Amino acid sequence: MEYFSVLVVDDEEDFLETIVKRLNKRKISAIGVKSGEEALEVIKERLIDVVILDIKMPGGMDGIETLREIKKIQPICEVILLTGHGSMETSIEGMKLGAFDYLLKPVKLEELLPKLAGAFEKKDAQDQKIRGAQIKKLFRYS
Amino acid sequence: MKTAVYTKLRKKIIGITLIVSFTPLIIVGATMYNKIKTIYNHKIEEQIKYRASAQAEAVDIFLKERAAILGAIADTHDFDDMLDEKNLLRIFNLMNQRAGAFVDLGVIDASGQQRAYIGPYDLKGKNYYKQPWCAEVMSKGIYISDVYMGYRKLPHFIIAVRGHENQKSWILRSTIDPDIFGAIVHSAQIGKTGDAYLLNKDGIYQTTPRFKGQILSEHNLDTSLFGSDATIIEQTDHQGHKFIYAGAWLKNKKWLLVISQGAFEEMTDLIATRNLEVIIIILGLIAIILTTVFTTRLAIVGLKEADQKMGELNAQLVQSDKLAALGKMAAGVAHEINNPLAVILQKTGWMEDLLNEEIFQKSEEFNEYKTSLKKIEEHVERARKVVHNMLGYARRMEPRLEDVDVNETINQTISLLENYARINNIEIKTRCYEGLPIIASDQSQLQQVFLNIISNAIDAIGKDGLVEIETTISDSMINVRITDNGPGISQEQQKKVFDPFFTTKQTDKGTGLGLWVTYSIIEKLGGSISLKSQVGSGTTFIVQIPNITPEKK
Repeated sequence: MEYFSVLVVDDEEDFLETIVKRLNKRKISAIGVKSGEEALEVIKERLIDVVILDIKMPGGMDGIETLREIKKIQPICEVILLTGHGSMETSIEGMKLGAFDYLLKPVKLEELLPKLAGAFEKKDAQDQKIRGAQIKKLFRYS
Repeated sequence: MKTAVYTKLRKKIIGITLIVSFTPLIIVGATMYNKIKTIYNHKIEEQIKYRASAQAEAVDIFLKERAAILGAIADTHDFDDMLDEKNLLRIFNLMNQRAGAFVDLGVIDASGQQRAYIGPYDLKGKNYYKQPWCAEVMSKGIYISDVYMGYRKLPHFIIAVRGHENQKSWILRSTIDPDIFGAIVHSAQIGKTGDAYLLNKDGIYQTTPRFKGQILSEHNLDTSLFGSDATIIEQTDHQGHKFIYAGAWLKNKKWLLVISQGAFEEMTDLIATRNLEVIIIILGLIAIILTTVFTTRLAIVGLKEADQKMGELNAQLVQSDKLAALGKMAAGVAHEINNPLAVILQKTGWMEDLLNEEIFQKSEEFNEYKTSLKKIEEHVERARKVVHNMLGYARRMEPRLEDVDVNETINQTISLLENYARINNIEIKTRCYEGLPIIASDQSQLQQVFLNIISNAIDAIGKDGLVEIETTISDSMINVRITDNGPGISQEQQKKVFDPFFTTKQTDKGTGLGLWVTYSIIEKLGGSISLKSQVGSGTTFIVQIPNITPEKK
């Protein structure tokens, strides 16, 4: 598995801390933040491949809003939605806004990892295409 | 208890309507009858009084004419001429020719001796000097007698006038034919019981009455009761019959003309009118009673139906309200439980990750730890399933409208359950209506609905039994009836079967969410679900799916 960077956004501190530890242990560089606002700060400063985003967070920005902002800042950054509420309507809305997939809490890491990989592959492929296009462009004007 | 309420209401409505409609009808009837009776009686009295006075006048004229003729003859003839019987006969014939009703004619001198006589009796030479009328006619000039027997032993009356000549008076006397006189009086009588006669002041008959009594016999009527004008008197005879007497005095105040009539005869018309009125009123009352009872029954039946519908609607509303509230709560609870579960799962995952490190693998209790963690994960999984079922993910999905053949969907569902049913020796029979249209609905959700109900039916029967599935179509709905011959559901439990977490199965075999999810799906699809059950004989679930024609593509 390639190395890639993951941002986990969840208001539940215990969950956040543990999942970050477990991802890091699997050589996936992961950062955890507790709110949508913090997540946007991170996205602005660093290159993030995949975001794991809890849909329902108390106070401040909720998951859907955060997702919209992330896509503005880094359109090719992939987002996996997590929901404990089971509200399909919000999940579907998230998918329409460009989320890669959604998962119902509680979720085993073993289920999460393939989704992460898939999301990264998609993002990577997109990156490759962009890079290829840029190279072509360079050749054309040289 | 409800029936008693309706019966009471019906009695009340009928009672009030009847009282309100009867009272005026009867009051109007009675008042009308009394008014008519008064007017009628008044008319009859007036009529009878008029007849009495008119007849009295006629009799008066008759007597006056006769007296005038006699007076004129006495005034225009000499006493001596009158004694010549040839001459007297000529005069007598002339009188009868002009006026009639004279029976005889006699000439009496001042000493009371009858000097000449024309008539059927041999009265010539009789002396009347001692008779009281003789003196009266000498002093007053005219005299009309009461009816009396006289020399001829026949009831009769006479008119006598005084002639005057050279200071000498004489009397011209004539007998009036009682039959002609009687006939004039009788002409006033009418009807079957009507009578007309003359009475003198003492109540003695002066003419022969039609009934009861003879001329010159006494009538039991008190003549002093009659005033100067025509008067009406009512009397009851010894047989109990009521009679009306109308009396009018003649001008000479000696004779009273009486017209009598049976009161009942006069009332015949009135009684007929009254009977007709009573019949009409009775028919009216019967019509009112029938109409009231009929319309009240109709109204009560309508009310009952409306009540029942309202009751059903209320029950449905209560049910859907309850389930909506529970659904909201469930979603909240799910969130609160899923988050801790997520943490637990991550923590156990982390612990497993750590167990893979060398230090831990050397530990004696390594396996104990590992199995404990597995168990925790298993139970987290169990809790997760419950919560996910509770959320009814199928329910959360907006139904997808596709072309659905309900019969086909049922058959597919049955094929899924066939093995399970066969093992338990349960037969599944279908009676599908072949003409069901293809509808726009959600096939997979409908399948879940049928699956839940049929598998519940199989579980309820246990072993050896029958599940019948029938499809029909009505107006705007496709009806699916799923009937089992299991133990049935008690009234108390019927109210709860659609509640989440209600189950009669053992804890590890059912979550109590199946019928709740089923209910939610059907509601989302715009249909309805209900059940009928009898403990001991089985349960029927009735699913109604709206018959929506798919849009043409």
